Amino acid sequence: MAEKMITPEELAGGIDYKPKKKTWLDPTVEFKKGTWNYAAPPQNLEYLDLPNPRKWSPIDEDWKLPDNWKEIILEGLRVRIKRFRSLQLFMDICVRCGACADKCHFFIGSGDPKNMPVLRAELLRSVYRKDFTTAGKIMGKMVGARELTVDVLKEWFYYFYQCTECRRCSVFCPYGIDTAEITMIARELMNLVGINIEWICTPAANCFRTGNHLGIQPHGFADSIEFAVDELEELTGIKVDAPINKKGAEILFVAPSADYFASPHYYTLLGYLALFHEIGLDYTWSAYASEGGNFGLFHSHEMMKRLNAKIYAEAKRLGVKWILGGECGHMWRVIHQYMDTLNGPADFLEEPVSPITGTKFENAKNTKMVHIMEFTSDLIRNNKLKLDKSRNDHWHPTFHDSCNPSRGMGLIEEPRYVIRACCNQFTEMPENTIKEQTFCCGSGAGLGTDENMEMRFRGGLPRANATKFVHDCDGVNILLCICAIDKATLPPLLEYWVPGVEVGGIHEMLGNALIMKGEKERTTDLRGEPLAGVESEEEKTEEEVSEDA
Amino acid sequence: MSALFALLMIIILLLISIIGTEVLGLNYVFGVIIPYAAIALFLVGFVYRIIRWANSAVPFKITTTCGQQKSHPWIKHSSLEAPHSTWGVIGRMALEVLFFRSLFRNTKADLKEGPRLVYGPSKWLWAAGLVFHWSFLIILLRHFRFFAEPAPFFVSGLQSLDGFFQIGLPIFYITSVAIVAALAFLFVRRLNDPKLRYISLGSDYFALFLILSIAISGILMRHTGLRADIVDVKQLAMGLVSFHPNVPESIGVMFFIHLFFVSVLFGYFPFSKLMHMGGIFMSPTRNMANNNREKRHVNPWDYPVKTHTYEEWEDEFRDVMKAAGMPLEKEK
Repeated sequence: MAEKMITPEELAGGIDYKPKKKTWLDPTVEFKKGTWNYAAPPQNLEYLDLPNPRKWSPIDEDWKLPDNWKEIILEGLRVRIKRFRSLQLFMDICVRCGACADKCHFFIGSGDPKNMPVLRAELLRSVYRKDFTTAGKIMGKMVGARELTVDVLKEWFYYFYQCTECRRCSVFCPYGIDTAEITMIARELMNLVGINIEWICTPAANCFRTGNHLGIQPHGFADSIEFAVDELEELTGIKVDAPINKKGAEILFVAPSADYFASPHYYTLLGYLALFHEIGLDYTWSAYASEGGNFGLFHSHEMMKRLNAKIYAEAKRLGVKWILGGECGHMWRVIHQYMDTLNGPADFLEEPVSPITGTKFENAKNTKMVHIMEFTSDLIRNNKLKLDKSRNDHWHPTFHDSCNPSRGMGLIEEPRYVIRACCNQFTEMPENTIKEQTFCCGSGAGLGTDENMEMRFRGGLPRANATKFVHDCDGVNILLCICAIDKATLPPLLEYWVPGVEVGGIHEMLGNALIMKGEKERTTDLRGEPLAGVESEEEKTEEEVSEDA
Repeated sequence: MSALFALLMIIILLLISIIGTEVLGLNYVFGVIIPYAAIALFLVGFVYRIIRWANSAVPFKITTTCGQQKSHPWIKHSSLEAPHSTWGVIGRMALEVLFFRSLFRNTKADLKEGPRLVYGPSKWLWAAGLVFHWSFLIILLRHFRFFAEPAPFFVSGLQSLDGFFQIGLPIFYITSVAIVAALAFLFVRRLNDPKLRYISLGSDYFALFLILSIAISGILMRHTGLRADIVDVKQLAMGLVSFHPNVPESIGVMFFIHLFFVSVLFGYFPFSKLMHMGGIFMSPTRNMANNNREKRHVNPWDYPVKTHTYEEWEDEFRDVMKAAGMPLEKEK
């Protein structure tokens, strides 16, 4: 980043929760550098058969919209009001009580009043009132109705791509109004006229084509897994088996693709591999369904379905009994709340049973996909793993509940159970910032781009600030999470707001603690960093090893 | 500005009722026709809105979970915050509707030097909202003494409870004071908090003012010289419900003002945000069980989409897969 980034002091000092303008009805937006995302390149829209592919930029005056863009959007809204009761209801029943106002991480970090969830929704609601309600047609601005203009559309683009669909506001709303629903549908509407962002459409096109969001081809995927197997052998002395596209395996394992090419996700991958080997799991990876994450969720319900279809299709082709899913946030929103409806019923699979403990996963008996936290916590509960907690003594973790597992699943205690089994130290962040009240990383729902960095630092402030609290008070030095976007975007966030805290996955901690049969004496953790109490001589050699890696 | 606009609307309504009855003598219009029309509008409008909502599909089960899911038997499941069964959902909805559970969670975020973010409890909105809604309900129920002879069984109990402190004569009801205080708080809150002022629309103030006007006109009628004759009121009310309406001569202007505001509220209700009363029951994030992976939910408008099948995928990557020694469906 050549350009000078706003300092944390400047950023925090400039936050003012008092709105500067008198009214929000004026849609004019200033596209300030660092607060918006690049437009999707035309070739990716073409690949996915999406409308209005063209080269454009949000800072252009002319967005090259189709002539009848307004009709398209209003017709799209009309259709969606019939299709989504959530939308219809959320347009109608908000009383503007303001309970949601200071619950949004983007509002807390920016003070921009249009980042209050109530106003984000009003941006769409005002157009709904104008065109779909009698009062709005007659009374206009007095009841908050606005004409849909190009400026309103630009305002939509700005603010509906400043929402990470984290659903925190929906926890506090007395009617459960969920801004994620509104944002998802507003984005669908914009997509109808070709307004979308690169970091959603490009990964979606890549997932569609190759199976994962970086567009890594099957042999590249196999290489990555092979590399991890070698690395794990170096660390533990054990060569594990990691089959790919193996027909007849009992379980298909699907993880977010970042786990096999990004850091610190990679250490979580090593943790999975070690675990599956140790319990002798009969499983397979798939190169075709090599992405659990679903960028379609950030694009449209249709794109979500198109991408998600691969998982069941692959499970059927390989003839597995059931599916196990790795550490990922929005992937699990899709799997838990959408997959069965979108692409089920998975009647060709069996009700999931742990082959190790015999536990039936009743709560997943129809979708037939189990979260790895459910799976691993069950193993630990049944004493199937030998864990040496002291191997994590150099880490003092806290746990960041990812938005989707907490508010879209209720997966709250399982990860904590595993952390406590693997680590001697564990400190929770303040209660208003965890569990169902957890704060987003600030970069979810497709917003984790470099060009959007300032907004990410703003949106991530509440999470980083809570981390800073336990870092300063308790000496926490690692923020654990079970989401690939978190693992990708929290490191720069923490470096900005609270240097000295690392980011890791829970299966990384598990991999550190897991005593494997026949392993060599471990002197380092999966990162190649020396374990607590290991002598300095060894420390030196381990450092060399990690550099080589 | 929005508040002034709403106030102006209320003053116009007030003048309409005064001029209509005192100057023009349209007592029958204001005592019978408008109330009937308002009730009709309310019923038709309410039902229409509910049907409209019900006709909108629920394609996905999008429960917002606010607690632990039901997974392992050894992990305590939060049956009211992440309900797994219909009974859990009923419990969750009851907490929401009767006690405003979600609003009770409310916090206030503050940014201190450092920067240090702190979240304090913020229960005033919850308290005022709860007091207002419950008072309104009790007041409404108390009014049933006008509509039935003898008064329904619950009325006398409510009246004696509500007048527990026995202050003044006629006795001041607790809810009369409470509803005015709660509404005043909600209004001041909107004006006082810059964020709230910014998001408030004319219609938000209008709803507050309208209900406040009803409450105040009712209190004036009961406790001041502007009193309406209770026998007359009952006669009119009984006439209305038995569809033999007649308007007693001496009923008084304050009663007409009160009745007109009530009529406006009923007529306005289905076209406004006040429909949250019905809407809360249909909110998909609250009224569905978090048992997604256990019970399949069907999308009524589901349609086939274009996917990238395994065969197409293998065709594209067969050569590189072969070179990497990966298993294939077809060698060519």
